[in-house]
Amino acid sequence: MQNKTLRKLGAATVTAALALTGFIAAAPAQAATKTIGIAYSLGGRDVPGFNQLAYIGVKPLLDKNKSIKLIESQDNPTATDDQRAERLRLMAGRGANPIVVVGFTYAAALGKVAKEFPKIQWGIVDDSSVKAANVQSIVFKEEEGSYLVGVAAALSSKTKSVGFIGGVNTPLILKFEAGYIAGVHSVDKTIAVKSTYISNFPDFSGFNDPAKGYEAAKGMYENGADVVYAAAGGTGTGMHKAASELGKWSIGVDADEATYPAHAAYKKTILTSMLKRVDLGTRAFVADALAGKKTAGVKTWGSKQGGVGYTTTGGYITKAVAAKIDAAQKKIASGAVVVPTDPTKA
Amino acid sequence: MKRNRLFWGAVAPIAAILTSLFLMYIILSLRGADPFALFKLMVSYGFDPRNLVSETNLTVSYYLAGVAAAIGFKMLLFNIGIDGQYRMGAFFGAVVGAAVNLPPILHVLLIIIVAMVAAGAWASIAGYLKVRRGVSEVISNIMLNFIAAAIIAFLLSPKLLGSLPEGSQNVQTKPIPASGQMPTIKIFDGEVYSVFFLAIFVGIAYWIMLNKTVFGFNLRATGLSFRAARSSGVNAPGMIFITTCISGAIAGLVGIGTLLSDTHSYSMAFPSGFAFTGLSLAILGRNHPVGIFFAAFLWSFLERAGQVLEFEGIPPEIVIVMQGTIVLSIVIAYEVVARINLRQQQKAVGKVSSEVLSEAESK
Repeated sequence: MQNKTLRKLGAATVTAALALTGFIAAAPAQAATKTIGIAYSLGGRDVPGFNQLAYIGVKPLLDKNKSIKLIESQDNPTATDDQRAERLRLMAGRGANPIVVVGFTYAAALGKVAKEFPKIQWGIVDDSSVKAANVQSIVFKEEEGSYLVGVAAALSSKTKSVGFIGGVNTPLILKFEAGYIAGVHSVDKTIAVKSTYISNFPDFSGFNDPAKGYEAAKGMYENGADVVYAAAGGTGTGMHKAASELGKWSIGVDADEATYPAHAAYKKTILTSMLKRVDLGTRAFVADALAGKKTAGVKTWGSKQGGVGYTTTGGYITKAVAAKIDAAQKKIASGAVVVPTDPTKA
Repeated sequence: MKRNRLFWGAVAPIAAILTSLFLMYIILSLRGADPFALFKLMVSYGFDPRNLVSETNLTVSYYLAGVAAAIGFKMLLFNIGIDGQYRMGAFFGAVVGAAVNLPPILHVLLIIIVAMVAAGAWASIAGYLKVRRGVSEVISNIMLNFIAAAIIAFLLSPKLLGSLPEGSQNVQTKPIPASGQMPTIKIFDGEVYSVFFLAIFVGIAYWIMLNKTVFGFNLRATGLSFRAARSSGVNAPGMIFITTCISGAIAGLVGIGTLLSDTHSYSMAFPSGFAFTGLSLAILGRNHPVGIFFAAFLWSFLERAGQVLEFEGIPPEIVIVMQGTIVLSIVIAYEVVARINLRQQQKAVGKVSSEVLSEAESK
């Protein structure tokens, strides 16, 4: 009896194998229309932050020209450089051109794949180490934007104590911290700045952990800080919650956080947000590439180019404060103030 | 009897995969997608030769994590610290590998040994705490994973052991020179890491160690019953400690392929999250070296093939749902199969005993 069952099982396996070979024959067709590709970093499009901004940047182009397609792919924590390269190859094989690659973790993978697909225009956000004739580095002066909100924080603080929450302890986030501290101290050297980081790589959860953001911010507020700035993606939501509960100021990052639907209950205590216009950077790159222009090279978005800035949503930044921030911005643009990128030198 | 066991051993995983496929079918249908068209797409990309190469390399990493977990499981140890152990191994392997200059084969050997020792030593902390202080290895290993991350993050600072290339935001160790790199096998435009052969060796060594040595016997005995093993003269606490170290040392090999055949340095872009994968694969493969291989391949196949779903508007998390369903169903399926076996045995015993009884009565 057992023999019979085994034989049946064997027959089923053979049938399945045959069916599989039938499947293999069908290969995906090449796209005839233009296709834009976006390879997101961890978290993907749905988490507020640079991933989402890359999408927001590209969306108007898709709305304007309905024939353009968009293909997206997102990173996962177990991915190696080899698999990231495979992901980029897959997008390239699908006919995507240009392709936006979000995040510095893609740098090594892009370095390899860009050479294999010389006709495709690649843009990488937050990295300028990949040098190739078909790669544009889209980088931002996060320290300049952070400097501006640092000025806002210093001018709004009554307790002479402010805080900084970084998502993950990486050189990129240290730039935010450095600029913020320098901005605060440009107003008043006696203001204390407390800094904390939510997680260490490879644990990138610090960019999307509102519960820990809440605890960290609450601790800072209860210890005397009355303005806290979080450069921590989705983690910032927890900080805004703590701020609204305790009636203190919070400062958002990347996009205007006071306009997020999820932040509707907290917007009365969101002082301002530091803008990092990944949307502008990706849109400019994609539009140029679609228009057939050469895009290669390092494109730096500082406060001078409108790549970083601050928001006044809610009107909590008074005219007097705004005037001082704008004065600081002018000094940065003219080169009179050079904002540090290392917190130990801020 | 043997064939019977083989049959029932295969039924559970197949049932689990079918269950998860069925669930996928429902989820995809609810999203308004055509499940069969998507399955077809996954299979065609999954078996694409270029992609198979990438899957093979991923399978090797997963396989080693699975074997590391299986060694622990044999001792009823839940080694959730694989992630931290693997990272300690890869990191110190990268640091030492970049610091020395040796002839080619020796250099590679040194890096591999350093990785195994670093990972094993890291695991030994959990082993010591378990044996001497009665701390659950689950708790200590979870903590050790975080501590490993913090230590590496600290040491990898550009001011200490790390470096930050011009224009990069990705802190990394200094590159390992050519003599410390492992060759790759070029096939279908791709490159298979030669650590593949090391993984096969590890699988065979694991099987022999477990089934053909006194050490393996003691290990299994301690796993089955700590007290019984101890009272029959096995140094059970010592076995727990050593097993933890071996499990950790194997975990130290997980990152070797990526490190020595691809990146040549440890960086922030190094993967994480091998602990749960390793444990799942050991469960799926029933701690058997061949079973774990199939499980590891299935995992990497699903992950790689699932990539195409994103282009059809299906979130990539669907693959995680599928993997989760497979593990859940397999645990249930093994339990059901075990119960069926038990009932059959009981029936057989009952039949014999009733025959004996009726014979005795008729006399």
